[in-house]
Amino acid sequence: MRLDTIVPSPQSELRTFVEKQSGQNVLDCYQCGKCSAGCPADYAMDLGPRQIMRAIQLGLKKEVLGSSTIWLCISCETCSARCPAKIEIARVMESLRWLAAAEKSKPAEKNIETFHRVFLSVVERFGRVHELSLAALYNLFSKHLFANIRLMPGMVRRGKIAILPPIVKGASELKNIFHRVKAFEEK
Amino acid sequence: MKSQTYAYYPGCTLHSSAKEYDISARMVCEKLGIRLQELESWACCGASSAHNASQLLSVALPARELQAAEQAGLPLAVACAMCFSRLKYAAHELTDKTRLAQMSQILGKEFHNTTEVIHLLQVIKNVSDKIPLKRPLKGLKVACYYGCLLVRPREIVNFDDDENPQIMDRLIDALGAEAIEWDFKVSCCGASLPLSRHDIVLKLSNRILSQAKQLGADCVAVACPMCHSNLDAYQKEIEAEYKNRLDLPILYFTQLIGLALDFSPKQLHLGKHFTDPLPMLRGKGLI
Repeated sequence: MRLDTIVPSPQSELRTFVEKQSGQNVLDCYQCGKCSAGCPADYAMDLGPRQIMRAIQLGLKKEVLGSSTIWLCISCETCSARCPAKIEIARVMESLRWLAAAEKSKPAEKNIETFHRVFLSVVERFGRVHELSLAALYNLFSKHLFANIRLMPGMVRRGKIAILPPIVKGASELKNIFHRVKAFEEK
Repeated sequence: MKSQTYAYYPGCTLHSSAKEYDISARMVCEKLGIRLQELESWACCGASSAHNASQLLSVALPARELQAAEQAGLPLAVACAMCFSRLKYAAHELTDKTRLAQMSQILGKEFHNTTEVIHLLQVIKNVSDKIPLKRPLKGLKVACYYGCLLVRPREIVNFDDDENPQIMDRLIDALGAEAIEWDFKVSCCGASLPLSRHDIVLKLSNRILSQAKQLGADCVAVACPMCHSNLDAYQKEIEAEYKNRLDLPILYFTQLIGLALDFSPKQLHLGKHFTDPLPMLRGKGLI
């Protein structure tokens, strides 16, 4: 896609959302490309971080939310640390995932989105991460039933896997926090 | 030695796949006069996922732990780099008074956001000149791997230099070992992607391990259970994928301190790693 030939829209719904939620000024980006150069996952992305920044400036919502980039961003924060315009690009990427969730747009990296969803459901249920439940539910929902099965015997032998979920005293309190957060967000 | 007391937040993995980090951290701290008082009913900080789903949740989960430490009146010592980052980030976000008031409502508790969050590396560094060395780790070359979340974003975590941190390196030197200079100490290992994009974890971790190996490191020292799992548990797969013989033990920095304090390999659970460090340590005459 030739992003450099499109005329920027003076204001867009996408840019307004990103700037408000991430607290970053997207128009400060002058496309130097340092973010893409340092990004460890850039090689696997369809649009690099620099292109995502440009696409937000241009208001290209469909392209941005449909990109693999917003899911492959690991939040390592290298881009934020090195950006000469002091834009926290990792925060921008985060806000794009919130927008994708709010709009229920189809994630280009389904499995990564599934992982995060399952992770939080395990935490909401038990209060802490229970790795066996996390792996089992992930395999079920991602339809990769035997993913990571090879590591299991070694994990069990080394006592690195708790078979039963943890019993956490604060678990019900944590459920309440999940509920109140949802209520606040729906307001 | 004057005893220092911290509230202690182990984080989920330290009670399961990273038990050896928890065990070695407690033993070492006790020996150094540092009291770790585990928060009684701690829960998950949201770690790898809350910040990808909801801004509010990603602050609310760590805020619950910050509030508990505040109530105990103690600074909060954190073992996992990711938990450390999430707790620091939440404390930073809540410097905004409106957001803090909203958070007290969500927690259902009074909260003033006064907790000081500190990583175990910093806790131990503060007493590093008082480590009673029983078995200096002479001849051991260590690649200190910090990963991403201890050092970035620098303004929020306020930990060390974000391109070439030194805290762990100086600590390792203080044990009589040699911290090597290398390029990948703050490069990402693939973090929470091992289930969903395995291939990326293998590629990124291979870069890190390969250079450490090439530069003659005998082991890699880490301060994060997720980095440990990516570099250790997946090392055999990395070797197969990239036809690269690594056989590079990955040890928690607390295990290395424990060795220098003369705890046994069994006490330190050195046998829990996928890449067995015992032959290397025996070869160096350290056990």
